Amino acid sequence: MRSWQVFWPISILPAIAALMVLSVPQAFADDPPDPAAEAKAFRDYFIHKFSDVKLENFVNGPYSLNEGMRRQWQEIEQFPPYEFSLEKGKELFARPFTNGKNYGDCFPNHGIGIRQNYPYFDTKAGEVVTLELALNDCRKANGEPAISYLGDDMAALTAYMAFTSRGKPFDIKIPDDPRALDAYRNGKRYFYTRRGQLNFSCATCHVQYPGERLRAEVLAPALGILNAMPIYRSEWGSMGTISRRFATCNSQTRGVPLEPQSQEYRDLEYYLSYVSNGLPISGPGARP
Amino acid sequence: MTVTASTASGQLFLWPLVALSLVGCAASANAAGSQSDFETAYAAADAAEQEAGHLRNRWTVTETALAGARKAAGEGDFDRARDMAREAEALAKASVFQAKSEKEAWKNLEIR
Amino acid sequence: MASSIRVRAIANGGITEVQTLIQHPMDSGFIKDENGQFIPAHFIQELTFEHDGRKVFVADWGTAVAKDPYVKFSFKGGNKGDDLKVGWIDNQGTTDTTTVKIQ
Repeated sequence: MRSWQVFWPISILPAIAALMVLSVPQAFADDPPDPAAEAKAFRDYFIHKFSDVKLENFVNGPYSLNEGMRRQWQEIEQFPPYEFSLEKGKELFARPFTNGKNYGDCFPNHGIGIRQNYPYFDTKAGEVVTLELALNDCRKANGEPAISYLGDDMAALTAYMAFTSRGKPFDIKIPDDPRALDAYRNGKRYFYTRRGQLNFSCATCHVQYPGERLRAEVLAPALGILNAMPIYRSEWGSMGTISRRFATCNSQTRGVPLEPQSQEYRDLEYYLSYVSNGLPISGPGARP
Repeated sequence: MTVTASTASGQLFLWPLVALSLVGCAASANAAGSQSDFETAYAAADAAEQEAGHLRNRWTVTETALAGARKAAGEGDFDRARDMAREAEALAKASVFQAKSEKEAWKNLEIR
Repeated sequence: MASSIRVRAIANGGITEVQTLIQHPMDSGFIKDENGQFIPAHFIQELTFEHDGRKVFVADWGTAVAKDPYVKFSFKGGNKGDDLKVGWIDNQGTTDTTTVKIQ
């Protein structure tokens, strides 16, 4: 029997599973979303599921749900592994471009203490602007080449900017613009859509199984999941951006990652940040 | 194809030659058939993967199978290449199915 | 150039607790770069902590220690205001050293 004849039905299994889910009678009208109500429902789900976790502690990801890991993390935070990247980020942020200007000139308040306002919906451009996108836009506007969204420099810069906002609550706005509502809705749909051969959605791990183990890792809750970004992951041995994490989550479910800062990823970041409004920025973070 | 010879020994001599040439013909016919089978299979797999790409839902394993098929074809192993291409097509079609069914199915996971 | 060594030492009831974070690639020599070339081994071989002219902690490291190593240990003795000297030398002969005051 040829190998493809064996693998074909196995590889189709996830799709069959999806079909079985479809066959369960459900009726969801395609209502226009009510983001405020949905964000409240989102929060309530996690508050109810983990009644002994204080709301603001959800930003600590797996540490909020696992005591052993939390103790190790508290020790590590006395001498955090992200210090080097954070220092580099401060340096890079202050370094002037060839034309004499610097990043501070592109941002409100010179870029200090503003991370909690990103992403925002740019009504002029008609799209979601994330902090990473804004940094590269700043570079391009000042005649500098863009830097990789997956690389160390972008991670260091966003680490520094997050650090200046530590403790400030996420304050993501959805303006009264149908395109902004669409972006929110797209992000929400992306979050719940199964993808990759392993047929996981973001929700599969971060809504259904937070606190449980996936191989040797403890899964983080989706509530507050971006508050600690960017993160120094021991697994990476380096600081990684939101773009990097989205891409690796995709490939881990055996889905080919989309381009960094593609519309889907920006809309996803918009949605995830909005539903965590009110929770404090804790970045940069350290994770296993 | 029949071979006759005037003498018994002549027949004995010629038979292996006939057999060999028949095998030779069959082998090259097989090779040509194999290659075109592979090309058909790969074209189908590639088309399905393009559709998955448009749906923004390609799988890493599909890409690996396609690369494996190309590599085997490059080495002249068209049977294996065709098999890998068929697997790639199945994977690509599954990813397309996933993308299409998830258009509605995602709502089942939504927190309400 | 900034030191590669971050260190904090706190004296409490006759025991001093020391934490260190060192910036170093700690390359094992077994990893290849994007071009398929081995990244040469580059790792700290000896790490030493000295107090009052005495070595209080010496580590002999190899390739199994990960990048940007973190060390935490305690030693008997040490008073607030004393000097604690930290130094390392790696397999390529590079060294770094720093001195801090015990808190």
